Parts: sequence; C-alpha cells; structure tokens
Amino acid sequence: MKNDIPKVLKIAEVRDENPTVKTYVFRGCDLGAKPGQFVNLWMPRVDEKPFSVSYCDKDEFWLTIAAVGDFTRKLRDEFSVGDKLGVRGPYGKGYTIPEGKKIALLAGGYGAAPLYFVAQEAVKKGCTVEFIVGARNKDLLLYLDRIDQAEGMNLYIATDDGSSGEQGYNTQILERLIGDVDIVMTCGPEIMMKAAMDICEKAGKPIEVSIERYMKCGSGVCGNCCVDGLGVPVCTKGPVMLGSEARKIKGLAEFHRDNVGFKVVW
Amino acid sequence: MNTSIDFCGAKFPNPTVLASGILGVIGDSLKNVAEIGAGGVTSKSVWLERHEGHKNPTMMGSEHFYINAVGLPDGGIDKAREELGKYLEWKNSQPEGKRVPLIGNIVAGTIADFENIAGQMAEIGPDIIEVNISCPNVEDEFGRPFACVTADAAEVTRIVKSVSKNIPVAIKLSPNVANIGEIAAACEKQGADAITAVNTFGPGMVIDIDTAEPILANKVGGVSGPGIKPLAVKRVWDVAQAVSIPVIGMGGVLTGRDVIEFMMAGASLVGIGAGVFYRGSEIFSDVMLEVEEWMKENGVKDLSEVIGKAVK
Ligand SMILES: Cc1cc2nc3c(=O)[nH]c(=O)nc-3n(C[C@H](O)[C@H](O)[C@H](O)COP(=O)(O)OP(=O)(O)OC[C@H]3O[C@@H](n4cnc5c(N)ncnc54)[C@H](O)[C@@H]3O)c2cc1C
Ligand SMILES: Cc1cc2nc3c(=O)[nH]c(=O)nc-3n(C[C@H](O)[C@H](O)[C@H](O)COP(=O)(O)O)c2cc1C
Repeated sequence: MKNDIPKVLKIAEVRDENPTVKTYVFRGCDLGAKPGQFVNLWMPRVDEKPFSVSYCDKDEFWLTIAAVGDFTRKLRDEFSVGDKLGVRGPYGKGYTIPEGKKIALLAGGYGAAPLYFVAQEAVKKGCTVEFIVGARNKDLLLYLDRIDQAEGMNLYIATDDGSSGEQGYNTQILERLIGDVDIVMTCGPEIMMKAAMDICEKAGKPIEVSIERYMKCGSGVCGNCCVDGLGVPVCTKGPVMLGSEARKIKGLAEFHRDNVGFKVVW
Repeated sequence: MNTSIDFCGAKFPNPTVLASGILGVIGDSLKNVAEIGAGGVTSKSVWLERHEGHKNPTMMGSEHFYINAVGLPDGGIDKAREELGKYLEWKNSQPEGKRVPLIGNIVAGTIADFENIAGQMAEIGPDIIEVNISCPNVEDEFGRPFACVTADAAEVTRIVKSVSKNIPVAIKLSPNVANIGEIAAACEKQGADAITAVNTFGPGMVIDIDTAEPILANKVGGVSGPGIKPLAVKRVWDVAQAVSIPVIGMGGVLTGRDVIEFMMAGASLVGIGAGVFYRGSEIFSDVMLEVEEWMKENGVKDLSEVIGKAVK
C-alpha cells in the first residue's frame, strides 16, 4: 500500500565531480530506482527538492547535485558524511532501456549523471552507448572518467568555448552520429533536448527526453508540474517521455512555471 | 442508466468532482481531468494577488491518511482569468452532455478581499463559485478560519452573494467545529446556493523520529484521505439535515462505494482529492465504473435516487 513519508538516511560518502557539482552516496537502502527516476530530498527545517538518481543497486544509490540556489548551496556548504537527510521516492517514469541496440546519450550539465545510470544498465543489456556530453566550459563537465573507462561506452565532448573536446554544441555531434544509432536518450537544458528532438525527427529515430518542472509532491497530486498542452503532471507521467509526446507540450523550451504556477520564460 | 446530476442549474455528467487544490493549477490540467472522466472540476483556491504558499515538504501520504500544508500557493486572479478562461473555452466547445462544469474556488484573508475576488471570479464565469473559508493551513497569516465562527461564515456568504451576479455560490466549510449544521444553516440564510463539506481536518502533525523534526515545513497540516472518511460522512449527514440547499460532500473518497456512501448521507456531488494520490488521476473513471456496477447490481436506474437515502 502507498507510503510516502520521507525515510531518513545518513550521507555515506561525498564526491566532488567539478567545482559546482557533488555526488552524495547513500547506503543501506534498497531504493529500487530505475534510470531516469527521481527522489525528493528533504533537508529538515529547510525545504525539499527533486533530484534524479544517478546510480542505484540493492544496497546504495547516488544523487549528483549542482549547487545553484539556496537549497543546493546549503547542501554543498553544510552537509557532509554522517549528516542526515530524508529521501522519498523513487518517483516518475524512467528511460526505456532496450536490449542489444545502439544508443546515443546526449547530456547537458548535470544530465550526464542520470544518463550514466542509463548507460550502465544499457551496457548490461548488450547495448553500445555513444555518450555525448556538453557544457559551457570544461569545468562544468562531469563523469568523464567514469564514462571513458567503462566498457561499451564511447565518449564525445563539446564545450561552448572549446576548452575541452570540440567547440560548439553537443547537438552537432549527435547530428553526425544519428545515422548510426537506433535510439537517442537525452537529459539537460530543454532547449538542447528540443534541438535533439528535431534532429531525431528528421532522421526518423525515436528519442526519450526528461522534462523538468517545478515539483512538490512527486505523486501527481498538487498539479504544480502540469505541462500546458498535455495537461498532465510530469512528476508521474514523466519526467521521461517520448519525444513524440513531449512535442505536444505547449511552450516546450519556451517557458516553465514557478512554485505558484506562474509562467517563467526559460 | 443515468449518472448525471443537476446541481445549481449545471448538469454534471456524473457526481465525481475534482476537489480544490488537486491538479487545478492550470487550465489544461483541469481539461485533462475532465477528459479522464470527472463529472466536475474545481480550481485551486484563487487569491487576488500572487500568494507563495509554504516550503516543502508540503504534503505526504500513508496508507491511512494524507496530510498537506501547501499554504494555498497561487498566481492570483489574473493568472486564473487566463487559465480558467482557457478551460471554459474548451468546455463550451464540447457537445452537450460532455460539458464538464467548472467550480471556481476563491480564498481571501479579509471580508473586503472576498468581495473583490468574488466579483472578479464572477466575471470569469465558472458554473459555480466555491468559497474557501476553511483552510487550516494559513492560520499563522490570517487567524482562525471564517468557517469556524458562525457569524463570520454568514458575513462572507452575504458579501460574496452581493457580487456574484447569477452564478451560484457554494460555501466550503471546515469540519473542525462542533456545530457544522448551524454554520451551514447560517450560510443558507444569507443566500448560499450550496454547501461544500468538508475541508481538511486538524491541523495534524507528522514527526520524523530519526531527526526529531516535524516533517511538514509548516510543521502542521490539514488531514484528509481514507482515515477521515467516517468523520466526513457524519459532517455531510449533519449539513444535509440542517439545510435544504444541495451539498458537495468529500473526505477520503477512494472507491465507487465511497461515492455512494457520501450520496446516501446527503451529498449530491462528491469531491475527490487525496484519492488521486492513492489511485492516480484515473480514479475518476475507475470510480464511476464501480458506481455503475453497483447501480446495475442494485437495479438503480437514476443515480440521483440515492441522494440522502440513508437519512430517514
Ligand atoms: C525531475 C527532476 C530531476 C532533477 N534532477 C536533478 C539532479 O539530478 N541534479 C541537480 O543538481 N538538479 C536536479 N534537478 C533540479 C533541482 O531540483 C533544482 O536545481 C533545485 O531544486 C534547486 O533548488 P535551490 O533552492 O538550490 O535553487 P533555486 O534558486 O530555488 O532554484 C534554481 C532553479 O531550480 C529550479 N527549482 C527550484 N525548486 C525546484 C523544484 N522544487 N522542482 C523543480 N525545479 C526547481 C528553479 O525553477 C530554478 O530554475 C531536478 C529537477 C527535477 C524536476
Ligand atoms: C494537497 C491538497 C491541497 C488542497 N488545497 C485546497 C485548496 O486550495 N482549497 C480548498 O478549498 N481545499 C483544498 N484542499 C482540501 C480538499 O479540497 C478536500 O476538501 C479535502 O482534502 C478532503 O478531501 P480528500 O480526503 O478527498 O482529500 C486541499 C487538499 C489537499 C490534499
């Protein structure tokens, strides 16, 4: 039966990924999350926020978190090994991982973390993975070593300023590879995912995207993350959805909504 | 078999209504719930101005209860005009019998603001205006809800009725009183066209024992969901006997049998809120299949026959 009360866990390990992103490891908990699903992370007396799961097995899971605002900076500055946080979930729909296919993963920013979880599961199922990452500059990239060293994954890098990999957008790499892959999965800025949807549509290839909106309940109750056009909450009907479905979202890559449902231009 | 209900001049295809505060943030979401099969949809409580609400966690559920302290976040009446307007445009484009009525729920902290917001909601033109005078989650801001004092509930009703033009007004009451029937009757006397019963119980609290911290950021929240059902049924029963205007009953409805139970206690329409947590937004179509099955088994041809059936 349904139980959605946060479970308090101690941080088992903290890893620096880059100057703004850390990975928090929790152990002794069988979260049972699939790649693309997320949890709500509760900081007692402060707030609770959604984060994608970047790794999960029977005994541990990871959250990879960029310090961007009040909650995430407080987490970076005041929380370390042994400190307690509440976790509930996993929520939402994850990526559909096929067997024995050629997959391209397109990651922007912290999107590389949940997609690394996808990549690991995909390799286990006999897929080959073309892992394309992108960021403004090399300091914002993450998970490069893990991807580079993994069996069955090829790493491609693009940065806006050319400080790592090729200069430009990661979508230009996808454009070159699209003819050779069966399916694309993407996670990152909506404008990037939209560009990837267009590339896939032209090439006649399926794509799965991860749609982030301001979320509160994670259970499809409060309605804060409902998207225009489809009218459904993406915390339960997403965050991962087919590109063909995401196309029906009105204002895709144009606006989202804040904590009271007010439109905000991206 | 007829499941439609005539309520305050509007035709509801079936008695299930999306309760206020659930999935009602944007027009397209209300439309989605109507397409799934709700008989009516209610907007989230609309304020005159933008209202922030509380920090998260704002809600959670267990097998027995749901608790929330969202703190009535809302974008204000201008946003509502756009979103509800969008819904109404879609509704009016539907064929007759498929037009799912809209209940525009309003909230305010003062009598003067209620007058203002009610007038503006009337201009938007929902099928019914529902007046939330019973939210337990903004007491820090506004003190005891109007619904807990008979004279206050009556005064809000009078003022809203004075500006609501021809749009019927339902007053949404709190269960956290000893005299809900008396309060309902006072609202009826001031011209209320319907009563909605009930809002959440409490406030309640959930404490995490591993950190010794209340979990809701607001510490306390209103309780709804399965555990409150018998309490809510009794409130609906009390209200239905105290007034002759129709009642929208709610509180812990999860199944078709629950819908019929509330109707037998005197409700004409039945709201579903926390039920969406337990059974997803498909609960509206699922529950109506269960209602229809029950009607078939019991030879009930017109669902409105069961309204008040347990009140002898
Ligand atoms: C399904 C999902 C998965 C996510 N996964 C990750 C992840 O793996 N790693 C990561 O670093 N971040 C992730 N995020 C984003 C993360 O939730 C926000 O960065 C975080 O909430 C920011 O909070 P803040 O107080 O630090 O910053 P704020 O200054 O409050 O906000 C910064 C930005 O985050 C957005 N945001 C704030 N609160 C929320 C909320 N409750 N829901 C959604 N967006 C919010 C704001 O719109 C704003 O754009 C995810 C978001 C969603 C919806
Ligand atoms: C998350 C949540 C938000 C709510 N927000 C509102 C609101 O904005 N206005 C209102 O009148 N009632 C609000 N309510 C109360 C419900 O409309 C309903 O009266 C109550 O929850 C009992 O029904 P239930 O047991 O089916 O949830 C809210 C309830 C929940 C669970």
